[in-house]
Amino acid sequence: MANDILIEIKNLSMYFPITKGIIRQQKIAEVKAVDGVNFFIRKGETLGLVGESGCGKTTLGRCLLQLIRPTSGEVYFEGVDLCTMASDHLRSIRQRMQIIFQDPFDSLDPRMTAGEIVAEPLRVHTRIRGRELREKIAELLKIVGLDPSMTERYPHQFSGGQRQRLGIARALAIRPSFIVCDEPISALDVSIQAQIINLLEDLQGEFDLTYLFIAHDLSVVRHISHRVAVMYLGKIVEVANRDALYRVAKHPYTIALLSAVPIPDPIVEASRERIILRGEIPSPIALPPGCNFHPRCPIGVEICQKEIPSLREIEEGHWVACHLA
Amino acid sequence: MSLLQVRDLKTYFYTDAGVVRAVDGVSYDLKEGETLGLVGESGCGKSVSALSILRLIANPPGKIVGGEIFFEGKDLLKISEKEIRNIRGNHIAMIFQEPMTSLNPVLTIGLQIGEALELHRNMNKKEAREEILRLLRMVGIPDPERRIGDYPHQFSGGMRQRVMIAMALSCNPKLLIADEPTTAVDVTIQAQLLEVVKELTSRLGTAVMLITHNLGVVARHVNRMAVMYAGRIIEQGPAAEVYAHPWHPYTIGLLASVPRLDKPRKERLVPIDGQPPNLILLPPGCSFMPRCSYRMEICSKERPELRPVGDGHFTACWANMER
Ligand SMILES: Nc1ncnc2c1ncn2[C@@H]1O[C@H](COP(=O)(O)OP(=O)(O)OP(=O)(O)O)[C@@H](O)[C@H]1O
Ligand SMILES: Nc1ncnc2c1ncn2[C@@H]1O[C@H](COP(=O)(O)OP(=O)(O)OP(=O)(O)O)[C@@H](O)[C@H]1O
Ligand code: SF4
Ligand SMILES: [Mg+2]
Ligand SMILES: [Mg+2]
Repeated sequence: MANDILIEIKNLSMYFPITKGIIRQQKIAEVKAVDGVNFFIRKGETLGLVGESGCGKTTLGRCLLQLIRPTSGEVYFEGVDLCTMASDHLRSIRQRMQIIFQDPFDSLDPRMTAGEIVAEPLRVHTRIRGRELREKIAELLKIVGLDPSMTERYPHQFSGGQRQRLGIARALAIRPSFIVCDEPISALDVSIQAQIINLLEDLQGEFDLTYLFIAHDLSVVRHISHRVAVMYLGKIVEVANRDALYRVAKHPYTIALLSAVPIPDPIVEASRERIILRGEIPSPIALPPGCNFHPRCPIGVEICQKEIPSLREIEEGHWVACHLA
Repeated sequence: MSLLQVRDLKTYFYTDAGVVRAVDGVSYDLKEGETLGLVGESGCGKSVSALSILRLIANPPGKIVGGEIFFEGKDLLKISEKEIRNIRGNHIAMIFQEPMTSLNPVLTIGLQIGEALELHRNMNKKEAREEILRLLRMVGIPDPERRIGDYPHQFSGGMRQRVMIAMALSCNPKLLIADEPTTAVDVTIQAQLLEVVKELTSRLGTAVMLITHNLGVVARHVNRMAVMYAGRIIEQGPAAEVYAHPWHPYTIGLLASVPRLDKPRKERLVPIDGQPPNLILLPPGCSFMPRCSYRMEICSKERPELRPVGDGHFTACWANMER
């Protein structure tokens, strides 16, 4: 493995069982949330991850950190496979990997104050206490644009975006080397989005941080990512360098996504052509044969309904899973 | 007459640290079939002003301390608890900002939507099931027959959001308040969902209040927009006009801070300088003053009120901008 690679995943899959019956739970089907995914992230790099809602982005991020144990596959962090590592061993590595959660309400303990929430990782992983701890908390809150006077407030006393910033402050507290950012900014106003993005970029420059940046906003993803991966129903359908992806996207799903991005300008919007995808979104429980995208694909041909396209490198560093690419 | 008239609404929170003036004198109108976009700083009071309409502010610590909210001519702040409950869900539907906290974790998706239908539309079980499947399909949940028995934690973030939208639409509301309804879905689904809402506005004349940070969505989907800062509306007008000639320095800063896909990538984004305001300790005069590069002497002394600066375009700023 090239040594500038921090994370590499091989053939990673996560299937959730769907069960029936309460007492004797019977497995009746599976949700293939992540289905045979391969990619790598270089040290100090930001890999953007975009895709359909429910396509498995959060699940993938959680599998990377072993917050859920994947069904199969390998996750290498600095060359060591985390999937086969025992839980107590994982603890020390987890310190270096943090996640900013998508739904801040889900992940903040409602009985803890803002200050306690941010202090928690510091208490667990460092010896910082007392006044130094209080100063550190105030500094972290300021970094994410929260007023230190809010330290004593509880999560429900914050607005949605303020809670999200609390989650970011917590993730930054112990200076990790890898952060999964699961839609970290979609709940924030655009000015604070810009602030946080600048902040993430500054921290990356300063501490050589590596990010997996999950988001729906393709303009933000273009701004922050070095490379971008596009996911559809559990599979990666396209990966490329940022500029290549935005200039010459090859997968019809990526092309449709880019055409659907609303531009913040009513005049531009009024005259824009969009590719409208028709057809049903297939269920991750009963995937269609062939290419997962074929029921909605505007250019699909016969082979698409029969054969699963593999992820091929069509130009250096530009990978696409489409028969017609 | 407008469907909804909000006049000088004030909602405060009484905390140990002091009084949080979350909504501090907000007025606007919403006509039948119209879509109003509400944007603004995170924490500036958008959700609280929406929740105030339905009187869903927890007291204590919150309290609606002033103003009037006329809905079909009735002041919602004066009617009984029973009447407001009847209006919630039947006439005014709300899509809440955080889908996980507003869905009941121990009830299946089907049961939750079914409850709303049985309550508000007097359907029997079988009719309700058909209607639930139709609604789930409409918001693009694949394979609804199989997913109807799932619990909220088995759905992805975006799927939960779509369930919330399905529930809100189930009662054919006259007013739909959508608080960040599409933050967790991809742009193809976002377009599809907003089309569903648009169809509702043209078919039933539903008025929509769309709260969002996505300035692209506002540009595409709303007729009029209001920009909030520190508990007040500081700019209001037709969306096309506000985007073309933003007047308030905050609005100007907001529009300048979004990365745009139709423009070359910038090396660095340009956020608005300074810290967001502390709603407990607002400066006298204009709340934006500490961060404003156009500020003058009067700005720190007197609070600017909304004044007309164009056709249906209002702003609360002392400065005179070049047009
Ligand atoms: N605990 C679980 N049990 C069953 N199914 C699950 C579970 N968690 C996730 N899923 C399913 O796995 C699929 C992928 O979910 P995931 O949350 O990873 O999507 P996502 O790409 O993050 O979506 P979004 O953009 O909406 O957040 C979905 O179909 C979801 O319903
Ligand atoms: N229960 C509470 N106690 C104290 N302050 C509160 C409470 N609920 C809300 N606030 C404060 O009221 C202000 C307005 O909150 P609101 O949720 O309306 O913001 P918002 O504009 O919707 O922000 P966002 O875009 O982040 O969702 C915030 O500054 C928040 O901290
Ligand atoms: S009133 Fe003064 S301080 Fe406030 S936005 Fe206008 S110029 Fe700036
Ligand atoms: Mg997710
Ligand atoms: Mg809000």
